[in-house]
Amino acid sequence: MKKELGYSYERIKYLNARKKDKFTVIFWRIALLVLLLGIWELFANIGFIDPFIASSPSRVIATIKNLLINDNFLYHIGITLYETLLGFIIAVGLGYVVALLLWWSEKIRNILEPYIVVLNSLPKIALGPIIIVWFGSGEKAIIFMAFIIGIIVAIMTMLNGFLAADKNKMLLLRSFGASKWQILTKLVIPSSLPTLISMLKISVGMAWIGSIMGEYLVSRAGLGYLIVYGGQVFKLDLVMASTVVLCLLATLMYLLVTALEKVIIKYKTE
Amino acid sequence: MEKLLEINNVSLTYQTPKDEINAIKNLSFYCNKGDFMSIIGPSGCGKTTVLSLIAGLISPTSGEIRLNAEKPSEQKSNIGYMLQKDHLFPWRTIEKNIYLPLEIKKIKNKQAKENALSLLKKYGLYDFKDNYPEELSGGMRQRAALIRTLVSSPQLLLLDEPFSALDYQTRLSVCDDVYKIIKSEQKTAVLVTHDISEAIAMSDIIIVLTARPAQVKSIFKPNIEGNSPIGKRESPQFGVWFEKIWKELN
Repeated sequence: MKKELGYSYERIKYLNARKKDKFTVIFWRIALLVLLLGIWELFANIGFIDPFIASSPSRVIATIKNLLINDNFLYHIGITLYETLLGFIIAVGLGYVVALLLWWSEKIRNILEPYIVVLNSLPKIALGPIIIVWFGSGEKAIIFMAFIIGIIVAIMTMLNGFLAADKNKMLLLRSFGASKWQILTKLVIPSSLPTLISMLKISVGMAWIGSIMGEYLVSRAGLGYLIVYGGQVFKLDLVMASTVVLCLLATLMYLLVTALEKVIIKYKTE
Repeated sequence: MEKLLEINNVSLTYQTPKDEINAIKNLSFYCNKGDFMSIIGPSGCGKTTVLSLIAGLISPTSGEIRLNAEKPSEQKSNIGYMLQKDHLFPWRTIEKNIYLPLEIKKIKNKQAKENALSLLKKYGLYDFKDNYPEELSGGMRQRAALIRTLVSSPQLLLLDEPFSALDYQTRLSVCDDVYKIIKSEQKTAVLVTHDISEAIAMSDIIIVLTARPAQVKSIFKPNIEGNSPIGKRESPQFGVWFEKIWKELN
């Protein structure tokens, strides 16, 4: 719908106030970051905190630069990204398919329910030793860790989304003579798209937990490896630098999912 | 008059983990082609169940239902079902929503789509065909929902309290709208409602059911003058019929 051009005085006042509010929020978001970094840098410089233990923004930047030039920082980033993405894709893909199967058959759903509950409650890191024995101490083990942490949540979130499909809309489709397959493709899958997006958002976080945790346990490369290594040899600059990069990557991946949301969901969900 | 729908001695018993429930017992009535029939009764008497039986979504325990002398489950495509809410799919535009029955029935010819679009045009929704349902008013959405059920040219329309989710003002006008559309498309309709005045304003025949197990308690044929539900509501006979049916229900 088109907006009218001739705004009333009150309308202009309201719109300006709104714009100002938005600006204030963005301003303080940035200001807070600058302030925190500034205080951190200042305290480290005047010796109020020990930069050897706490590092400092300038040292973090220098470390990142140094890592990029002298050490194979991109290689480490690449390894972690690869493990995370692969774990994420397998967990999300397989999780979606399993959730579909569970939606399709109430009997299978009832039989498997306790297994899913137990697997969900189990802290997956406890499986660490088993995973190492089975997959060796390399990328495979880490990808599996990212996968196993992600899949249960993916299944449970997606299944709830599928089961939430409107019963009356289903009745309507059946009155048209729809088969179960048609109900799935015309109603259940499209109506669960918002759930798919939230499932992807949750799974992004899960995949990062899995891959970094996996790298803590077994690895010779990757950001998690750098963080653990930095901690062991007391190079806090390295720890901080890797953490910052990790932060950026995780945010980037989350933003990609948000962008995907805008592409696939064109109607208002609430 | 040609009988379109016949219900002969139908009973339905269904099982729950706790109990066996006799929902319907020896129900018999028929509906002529072109009639507008309403079914009213105390709440929980199984009105909606009767519609599900007619639609062929469930089968009776005994007795038989005939639509054009055939069993409903053998020719589902001849029934259009309209529910309490519009149940338009929010992720589809109005145009895509009304194509839904065609997609389900795998009807791919151009003519069916053109026919659907011409219905939109005829009932004033063509300009909104690319809008999503949430951008339309409640009344327009209900009209779109009716067009969706008409798209597959059903012989019989089943209306399950299609106006009860609307506010009173909208309800009166949508009720008028739907009535006119059904009459101009010369459809036969069975309406389930708990609103006595709605039943009187819309129908040629009113069937009053008993409490569970549902049976026909009485049949009324309110021949009130007036060619629309709102017109009929203004007639002095309207109150008389209301009184009569209200007493029958209590």
